[in-house]
Amino acid sequence: MLRVCWKGANAAARNCLCGKVPVHPLQHCRRYTSAGNSGSAAGKIVAASILTVGGGLGGTILYAKWDPKFRANVEKSVPYSDQLFEMALGPPPPPFIPMQKKPVKAEPLQISSVSEASKDSKQPKAKSKAKEKQPEPAPVDPKPAVEEAPALPPQTIEEASAEAAHIISAMSEVQSVPAPGTSNEAVPAESEAQTSTVAAEECHECASHEPAVKERPGEEVAARLAQQDKAEQDALAALSFNLEDTLGFSAKLTLQAIGAQEAALTAIGTHTHRLREAMDSEDPPDKKSAQWRELEDALSERTRAVDQAGQSLLQAKEQLEKLRVVINGAKESKIEAARPQILAAEENLHSMIVDLDKVVTKVQAAQTEAKIVSQYSELVNEAKVQFQKELSSITPEVQANWKGLTGKLSADDLNSLIAHAHRRIDQLNRELAEQRVREQIRIEAALEQQKHEHQRAVDSAVDKAIQHNHEQLRLEQEKKMQEVREVMEAEMRTQLRRQAAAHTDHLRDVLKVQEQELREEAQEALSSKMMEQETQHRRLAQEQLDSFTLDMNSAYARLKGMEEAIDSHVVAEEEARKAHQLWLSVEALNYTLKTAAADAPTEPLEGAVRTIKESCAENEFAQALATALPDESLTRGVYSEASLRARFYGVRRLARRVALIDETRNSLYQYFLSYLQSILLFEKEQEAPPTKLAAQDLDTFKLLAYATYSIERGDLELAAKFVNQLHGESRRVAQDWLKEARLTLETKQVVSLLSAYANAVGLGTTQAP
Amino acid sequence: MEDSGRKWDRCVSDSAVKTVLGLGVGALFSVLFFKRRSWPIAFGAGMGLGMAYSNCQHDFKSPYLLHGHMVKVTHTHTQS
Repeated sequence: MLRVCWKGANAAARNCLCGKVPVHPLQHCRRYTSAGNSGSAAGKIVAASILTVGGGLGGTILYAKWDPKFRANVEKSVPYSDQLFEMALGPPPPPFIPMQKKPVKAEPLQISSVSEASKDSKQPKAKSKAKEKQPEPAPVDPKPAVEEAPALPPQTIEEASAEAAHIISAMSEVQSVPAPGTSNEAVPAESEAQTSTVAAEECHECASHEPAVKERPGEEVAARLAQQDKAEQDALAALSFNLEDTLGFSAKLTLQAIGAQEAALTAIGTHTHRLREAMDSEDPPDKKSAQWRELEDALSERTRAVDQAGQSLLQAKEQLEKLRVVINGAKESKIEAARPQILAAEENLHSMIVDLDKVVTKVQAAQTEAKIVSQYSELVNEAKVQFQKELSSITPEVQANWKGLTGKLSADDLNSLIAHAHRRIDQLNRELAEQRVREQIRIEAALEQQKHEHQRAVDSAVDKAIQHNHEQLRLEQEKKMQEVREVMEAEMRTQLRRQAAAHTDHLRDVLKVQEQELREEAQEALSSKMMEQETQHRRLAQEQLDSFTLDMNSAYARLKGMEEAIDSHVVAEEEARKAHQLWLSVEALNYTLKTAAADAPTEPLEGAVRTIKESCAENEFAQALATALPDESLTRGVYSEASLRARFYGVRRLARRVALIDETRNSLYQYFLSYLQSILLFEKEQEAPPTKLAAQDLDTFKLLAYATYSIERGDLELAAKFVNQLHGESRRVAQDWLKEARLTLETKQVVSLLSAYANAVGLGTTQAP
Repeated sequence: MEDSGRKWDRCVSDSAVKTVLGLGVGALFSVLFFKRRSWPIAFGAGMGLGMAYSNCQHDFKSPYLLHGHMVKVTHTHTQS
């Protein structure tokens, strides 16, 4: 029966065993299988996510490579993407920076001139965003005001700045580096030339420094100007001399010519008069011959005079031509100061020409008249001769002087004479009639001719008059211009004088202001120096005072110090006494601690603590500490370390035996197993604890080994800490011991603190010898 | 620490007592009702031992046994 019971018990035990053991492996298996299933699914998910992320990243990088704007966007929005991009693609492409030229505040004249140049030159710009934005420049007036300058498009301002910088650098007195605008080599010399030609009136300074801008220092410029002036003066002098010379010469010649012409005129006049006289007068032959002789003289005289006049006229004309050439030359030399002289010379020339022409016309008129008269005289002579011949043919015997022959003639002669006379009269009448008719015709023809000639003469006269008028007008215009110029010069001079006056006024004002400023500065400097001196003086006085008071204070302080020292001495003595008392009471407490016997607690510490409390009633720290002692120690006392140590081994043994028991596994069978484990498990009794406790060190046996080690080394605290780490039944088993250990440790800590404090106080109050 | 020893003492004594009593009751029953068969004795002894084992286990488990309490929340009318 007992065997049956035993078999039943075994069977029961085996059932328990079978029932209990697979719990843990099954749990593990379950965990593994679930992990396995979830593992494959998780793997798939992980792979898919990795693929997606990788694809997205690659696509982003490729697109960023192609489109820099997208890259910039991404870099802005995503924090560390710029590093990634730099790694993958290299540095970003350089940004598109438009050429930022600082608009130079140039003088208004230059801007206007340059705007003209830019309008004319129309130069393209390579990388100008402004040009893209505003394709054509705004229309610029030829003479813009300063306000219009900002209205220019940026390209012209750029150009303007370039030009202005160029010009400014050219104009400055100092040898400067040309402004950065000038380095823009798209400004060739031709544009400069255009500038100077176009804006010559507006930009005087530009014009004075011609295209190939090369700086000349001031002295050279002045020297050049002086040289130029001198040259001008010389030229002027030479010119005026020349002019005067030629003028004088030509005047002389002209006068000569005029005189000769007038002489010729008078000669012609006398000749004509004489001739007429000779024709009309019926004088006796000898007077007539005298008259004829005089006539011949007059004729020769006239021819001579006419020739002379012609010669002198030629000469005068030559000279006038020369004068004209010289005047033209003078005009071309463009010397301002010579203008009035030139004008005067021209006037003279003109007047001389006019006079000459007048005289020439007079002479011509006289000559025509003389011709007429001579023709008339010839005709008359011819008629006379004819009549004479006829008369001689009729009355052959009677020759020359037939008037004295009236008594000698017969009646036949008389009749024939009368008949002849009648016949002659008829003939003459017929001739007369014929002549009249012919005369009419001839007169008409002559009139016609006369008309033509008259027309010609009129035309020539008109032309001459027009020319003379023209010349006159031109001369007048020149004179007027000269006058106006003079007037302008005078006005300019007055304006300049005014400006000079204004300048002097301004200078005066500025000087006044400067004087004021300087005076103020000097005043300030003076006052500051004065203040400095004063402060220094005060400081010295104060120092003296301070040092005296310092001495006094120090003496007083020493006295006080001595008094205090004495007082504190008393106090210190008192303190020392108190400290001594405290120390004594703490020593008493210590002693009570030592009264622990083996396995019996100490005496209750109450008494000692009371004495402490009494001895240091006013010491808060000691009071606090005294009250910090656990009640158990006060009432019951604490165990000594040695007893705890002895007891520990029992606790250890028990804890080892129930190492496997905790909340979950606490059946009787487990108790058997844990007992078996404790017997079969061989390990070091003592093991040095590591500085850091790892998870595997929280095993009961290990902990107990550490605790044993610590307690053997006398470190109850560390042992208690290790024992505190126990779990489950082992912990419960060790609980009592732990409590006792805690109590002991607490008490010991407080007591040590108190003694340390007492020692410190004692040290503090001890007087050094 | 002394609990363990005392517990074991109680355990052993308890199991002894119960086994013997079980034996006795088994024997009695076997004599009275089961015509002196052997199985009631074994049965009684086994029952006794089992009871003792269970008691012992319960005694050792007792610190770890959780007793759940049903707390009825009474709805108190408060001014809130």
